[in-house]
Amino acid sequence: MSQHLKSNVIPPSRQREVPRTGLTWIGQSMKRVEDPRILSGKGGYIDDITVPGMAHAAMVSSPHAHARILSIDTSKAKALPGVIGVYTGEDMAQVVDPCPSFASPPITQHAMSVGKVRHVGEVVAAVVAEDRYIAEDAAELVEVEWEVLPANVDLEASAAATGDAVLHPDDRDGNVALDERFSFGEVDQHFAEAHIVVKRRLRWQRSSAQAIETCGVVAQFDPFKGGYTIHSNSNFYNFIPFVIGGSLRVSPGELRIIPVLTGGSFGSKVFNHKIIILTAGLARLAGVPVKYIEDRLEHFTNSDSHGSDRLYDAELAVAEDGTFTSLRFTVTDDYGAYLQFGVGTHGNAMAQVTGPYQIQSFGMRVIAVLTNKTQQGPYRGFGSEVTNWVMERMVDAAAEELGKDPVALREQNMIQPDQFPYMIPTGNIYDSGNFQKVLAEAKSMFDLDTWRDKAAKMRADGRCVGVGLATCMERSVYGPTEWWSLNNTETPGFTLTSTPEGITVRLDPSGKMLVTLNSPMVGNSPETVVAQILAERLTIAPEDIVFNYSDSQSGFNGVGPQGSRFTAMIAGACVSAAIKLEERLKRFGAHMLQRRPEDVELRGGMVAVRGLKDQEKSFGEIALTSSFFRLSFPDGEEFDSGLETTAVYDHPLSTDPAEDRSHLGIFYPIVGHICHIVAVEVDPGTGKVEILDYAAVHDNGTMVNPRTLAGQVWGGTANGIGTTLTEQFLYDADGQFTNPNFAEFAMPTANEMPRNFKLGHVETPSPFTEYGIKGGGEGGRLGAPSALTSAIEDALSDRGVKITSLPVTPPTLCGLIRDAEQAATA
Amino acid sequence: MTEVSIELTVNGRARQATVPPRMLLSDFIRHELSLPGTHVGCEHGVCGSCNVVVDGRAVRSCLMFAVQVDGAQITTVEGLAQGDDLHPIQQAFWEEHGLQCGFCTPGMLATAQELLAENPDPSDDEIREAIAGNLCRCTGYEFVISAIRSAAAKLREPESETVLQPV
Repeated sequence: MSQHLKSNVIPPSRQREVPRTGLTWIGQSMKRVEDPRILSGKGGYIDDITVPGMAHAAMVSSPHAHARILSIDTSKAKALPGVIGVYTGEDMAQVVDPCPSFASPPITQHAMSVGKVRHVGEVVAAVVAEDRYIAEDAAELVEVEWEVLPANVDLEASAAATGDAVLHPDDRDGNVALDERFSFGEVDQHFAEAHIVVKRRLRWQRSSAQAIETCGVVAQFDPFKGGYTIHSNSNFYNFIPFVIGGSLRVSPGELRIIPVLTGGSFGSKVFNHKIIILTAGLARLAGVPVKYIEDRLEHFTNSDSHGSDRLYDAELAVAEDGTFTSLRFTVTDDYGAYLQFGVGTHGNAMAQVTGPYQIQSFGMRVIAVLTNKTQQGPYRGFGSEVTNWVMERMVDAAAEELGKDPVALREQNMIQPDQFPYMIPTGNIYDSGNFQKVLAEAKSMFDLDTWRDKAAKMRADGRCVGVGLATCMERSVYGPTEWWSLNNTETPGFTLTSTPEGITVRLDPSGKMLVTLNSPMVGNSPETVVAQILAERLTIAPEDIVFNYSDSQSGFNGVGPQGSRFTAMIAGACVSAAIKLEERLKRFGAHMLQRRPEDVELRGGMVAVRGLKDQEKSFGEIALTSSFFRLSFPDGEEFDSGLETTAVYDHPLSTDPAEDRSHLGIFYPIVGHICHIVAVEVDPGTGKVEILDYAAVHDNGTMVNPRTLAGQVWGGTANGIGTTLTEQFLYDADGQFTNPNFAEFAMPTANEMPRNFKLGHVETPSPFTEYGIKGGGEGGRLGAPSALTSAIEDALSDRGVKITSLPVTPPTLCGLIRDAEQAATA
Repeated sequence: MTEVSIELTVNGRARQATVPPRMLLSDFIRHELSLPGTHVGCEHGVCGSCNVVVDGRAVRSCLMFAVQVDGAQITTVEGLAQGDDLHPIQQAFWEEHGLQCGFCTPGMLATAQELLAENPDPSDDEIREAIAGNLCRCTGYEFVISAIRSAAAKLREPESETVLQPV
């Protein structure tokens, strides 16, 4: 182990339920508990919420990328019948403070602009009216006088901008929000000793999740209690009342956030604080409950969830025999107009930046640039999808420069099965894995050798057919140090280290189990997962469990579904709750059976005497007696009425970053592995890429529900295909966002998906989580771009086309083919 | 704005309403008829989440005005299940894991009804083509295709009593 990692000691495992075979419910492709109500149209999404007296809001949005607001005239809008009120940023600032920010020092963001706008779509005024039609009519009547300022669109130009082109002159002198350098291990030495240094400039363009449901809020303010009641489709509703309360000037106890079924997130609805603050402020100003649902244009232009937009200058140090020794890069990231999570997306990437390879050191300079675009937020991968692609691009480049087979070069450098837990140069660990097994399975499923021969023959016949393979990491279960560990150590900001997940479990007197979750359903399967795990642990049937979701006042300690954390974290909470409930069940049951607690066990939903048949009490009977027949038990608080327990599970394995940032600690250690192999054909005339064959093998540890995991892999792969081939946000020189709609931002339809997708799983359990479960919500998007890019480059290898930027849309690819032809003839 | 009276049949029930001419069918169904199972994803006719069945055709309810459905027969997602018995297409979506967040699902179900009424035994490519006008960001479509294939097989069984609204 490198000297710089010596202080990063791996804590002992807190696993209680060891991975094992022969489980009853875990591992079954059970039908989802959540589905019947959703399928029948009774799910209850945010726009389905209605409260008495509710009015509707419409926004007046900036048409300019960067401009001062000289004046706003709301008089015509206010005069329209049905309008309750029209409010500007100045009005809003009377009742709410700026939005919370993880950037340090913070960058000020108002939910409604004050003084100036910094991107197209930023809200400058809002109308509250009796219905949305009237509100939108009135919004058209608001007149704003602007002083247009220079728009920053280009990364490098914005970094050098001065004067009126500076976005936040009160917070920063220029548009570079952060510029930090890191060196983990002997980077300089490894590069000095390298046989070759492979260099590439790589570009990853901006897109976003675009869940089919947009964000929305229904907010009420009670002036007499001084608090808010808010329905929101935020994933974070039990984690953010503290920070949102700060902006709304109330304590978390005066802020009741009620969750709803959420129509997809993929990161885009993790925080949602701005829309909550905006709508809550309007409800307070207007004195009526207010509903605001973003339309699609507003979701594109103002929802603060744009994905990474990065330029890499990357270098890989390689020894003569092909061994990778070090990786370093300078990355410049276009964060847009604000910096809500700091450079958390780069912190995230530090979890697995060196991929599945034994690379001894890693160095980075990260530069966060502000531009006049919508700010970044989370999107499936949270930055690691980009570094996976960079790593795999560098490996392909190294193979080419060394004249080696790219698959063999990967195998040569892979971490071996006996090296786990494996600490990478940044300090994060990979808990377990068998990358060789995943690769072998994928090769066999895809029939790689046959396909490579076939593709070579097709190329010889003039067709542009190629095969690409990627071996990538899928980190899961984050610790929140990723949000601040790359901040300057002088101003680290809010150095959060908690990401708990809680659960409440009650055995009701009928024998049914009522489970209350503290995190919403966003398209994942929280109820199904919990039903399977609690049924397993407590020997009951999943159909005997019913579900409820807390609100932020009745619940506590839920961080929700992000970073592929929920399944592993809620499994921990389930086990903790089950241990407590089992103890109480045995105490009450043993008393009813006139035995000692140590003489009984749980068996098929009963407390039963060990080794004896028919000496048993059902959970229902025990719950009934413990709830209503107090005098049947002895005095003492251990027999307090009822069978209910609450449990909280904290992150299973995390450590602090080193104070000097010589390492970043362990923060994302439950690590899966994926191998994607794809064959494509490119039409050189149109630049269209057709997927001919696709195989994906994922190792997400112990699978709770193989079918729902397959759904995650499929969906993530579809996102990755879109990221690679079609999805890109386009801006013109004035900062106009030119394709913010579903017609021009082309997401994959069923027609773009592979016809014969083959999916395999390897199960290498985690030694740190309950039952060995790892997260698996992001892998498709973490692997598909790398494999597809490689395949396209292989298909065009005879023409000398190199892919260094995503997406490769048909026009982009046509241009690359044409450029390569011209270069060849020149 | 002069309001217009319309009469129509929604999920087998006669409905009457007076609506402004500019009211979208999607808003009319969701807010005036209180049938929120029809979802609005883009309001520009691309995503298909708002699809409902109007006189046998799956249509974008965000691209129609309520006044255009005067006299029509409409089926929304709320009209499919009978009590707690899911419709065979809904049941197949459940069994095949054809949904995750479920937001696009009512539109998918509408498209599937139209497809299977016209073509009781579609090939996978025909299913794919039929749902290519419905965006889903969760599933990657594979299990949606499995679900429609499975529903078709169930509906073809001689003992199936479910009748789809003819196109």
